[in-house]
Amino acid sequence: MSLLKVDDLTIRFGGLVAVNKFCFEINQGELIGLIGPNGAGKTTCFNMLTGVYVPTSGKIEFDGSEIQGIKPHRISARGASRTFQNIRLFKEMTAIENLLVAMHSERGYNLFEAILKLPSYRKREIALREKALGILRAVGLEKAAEIEAGSLPYGEQRKLEIARALATGPKLLLLDEPAAGMNPTETAELSNYIRNIRDQFKVTILLIEHDMSLVMKICERIYVLDYGELIASGLPKEIQNNPRVIEAYLGGAIGEEAHV
Amino acid sequence: MSLEYLLPLLMLFGINTILSSSLNVINGYCGLFSMGHAGFFAIGAYASAIVTRDLIPAMALSSPTTALVLACVIAMLVTGLVGYLVGFPCLRLAGDYLAIATVGFGEIIRIVIMNTDFLGAQTGIPAIPGITKLWHVAAAVALTLWLINNLMRSSFGRAILSVREDEIAAQAMGINVRFYKTFSFVVGALFAGLAGALFAHMAQFISPNNFTFIISAQILLMIVIGGLGSQLGAVLGAFLVTFLPEALRFNQTLSENRMLFFSLMMIVMMLWQPKGMIGIFSRFLDRKEAPKS
Repeated sequence: MSLLKVDDLTIRFGGLVAVNKFCFEINQGELIGLIGPNGAGKTTCFNMLTGVYVPTSGKIEFDGSEIQGIKPHRISARGASRTFQNIRLFKEMTAIENLLVAMHSERGYNLFEAILKLPSYRKREIALREKALGILRAVGLEKAAEIEAGSLPYGEQRKLEIARALATGPKLLLLDEPAAGMNPTETAELSNYIRNIRDQFKVTILLIEHDMSLVMKICERIYVLDYGELIASGLPKEIQNNPRVIEAYLGGAIGEEAHV
Repeated sequence: MSLEYLLPLLMLFGINTILSSSLNVINGYCGLFSMGHAGFFAIGAYASAIVTRDLIPAMALSSPTTALVLACVIAMLVTGLVGYLVGFPCLRLAGDYLAIATVGFGEIIRIVIMNTDFLGAQTGIPAIPGITKLWHVAAAVALTLWLINNLMRSSFGRAILSVREDEIAAQAMGINVRFYKTFSFVVGALFAGLAGALFAHMAQFISPNNFTFIISAQILLMIVIGGLGSQLGAVLGAFLVTFLPEALRFNQTLSENRMLFFSLMMIVMMLWQPKGMIGIFSRFLDRKEAPKS
């Protein structure tokens, strides 16, 4: 069953067409990769899917309804949650508070119960913390629960951001370069971590990544963008050997750095 | 030190505490740079003065506490409403632009009052019943601190904090950023209105000169000195700003130039202790705890 269906997605910034007539489809439970050289329009695409940018034209159908142009917090409420390329945690809040913010819509008490500290509020608050702690435990961060997010080590901040996105209870998880800044050992660990999350939380994952070892290892299908255009899509093996992809990454001639 | 001297000072400390902790919700917790708090303070004072002067003058004599509570509630509602009306358009602005807009708002309020005969224009409103007692102020302070504390510990408080920490991330996590900006603005306005009502019925005379930009700056000073985003810091800041000028009274030159002294303090704080007095304490505490880990 298709969870996300994008048709002719286009966005223009002045004269620049950042993403041009991009079409793709993701089924429930899939783990999909979105790759492409720097500036290809991957993050722009994420920003349109999550409501940060309003597409110039095109249609985004998510879970049975169109979401293009809807405010970010409403898209989050409909079940699409994301992480950011350059980590955006609530730095001066503790790890568990970061998750609790994401769980705001399921708080289950109103303002008056809260400011008067009524028993119903206390009961819900305990349950919320319990649930947040459960998510932290599932991602191996329970020890960090009461530590300020900004003072966690880099790798744990990345994991916490994923945990926070999970706390909104999403159907679709959008990960923007989760392996950025990680060394090969950490990246290998991350690939197991992402697969575990998909199975444990029953989410569909769309992932932007530059690290090819990670993408090729865990993604079931891959879409490749270059200059805002879809240049290839298919199984990891097909992508690896696709001449257009190799050209996009290596510039056609002999590259200095073999990414593929 | 006589009681007649100390009593109004203690009440002023209480009123300043309500003002600083209410501005702290806007500036400290939500991260909105608002510099027009004297405007809300003024609206509260004038609204309550009109209530006891025109609507329930008899009650103010027969049962002053009830009359004061009524005046406070009405003042809070009026101020909250104005907070909403001002906040809704202003909060589209960010950072410095919002600061400038709120300075403008504070001045507009003062100038409107100055030119409205019904509100006493430049001469102000005299002979307001002096029904605010110290225990009223103490109760109001306790209530304010308790309510704000509860708010900030709840999911609503966490939503406000998340807006300060990172708006884009907050949105992506399902927080309606514009709503929570307006909400914290209204909460701040409500309690500033309460402070205004208590002040009017303590001072017994209010005029536009009580609510100049300097007052807004002074409230801001309290939370900056005390420590932005800390309730204890707001109380500490209110204490310093209330009592420090009194401590300087022994010397006329120092006393006359107290604003200079305050500005200096603010600059020093910004440079070396951006987390305010509370930051100094917590650093001290951290050091004590450090050997354990």
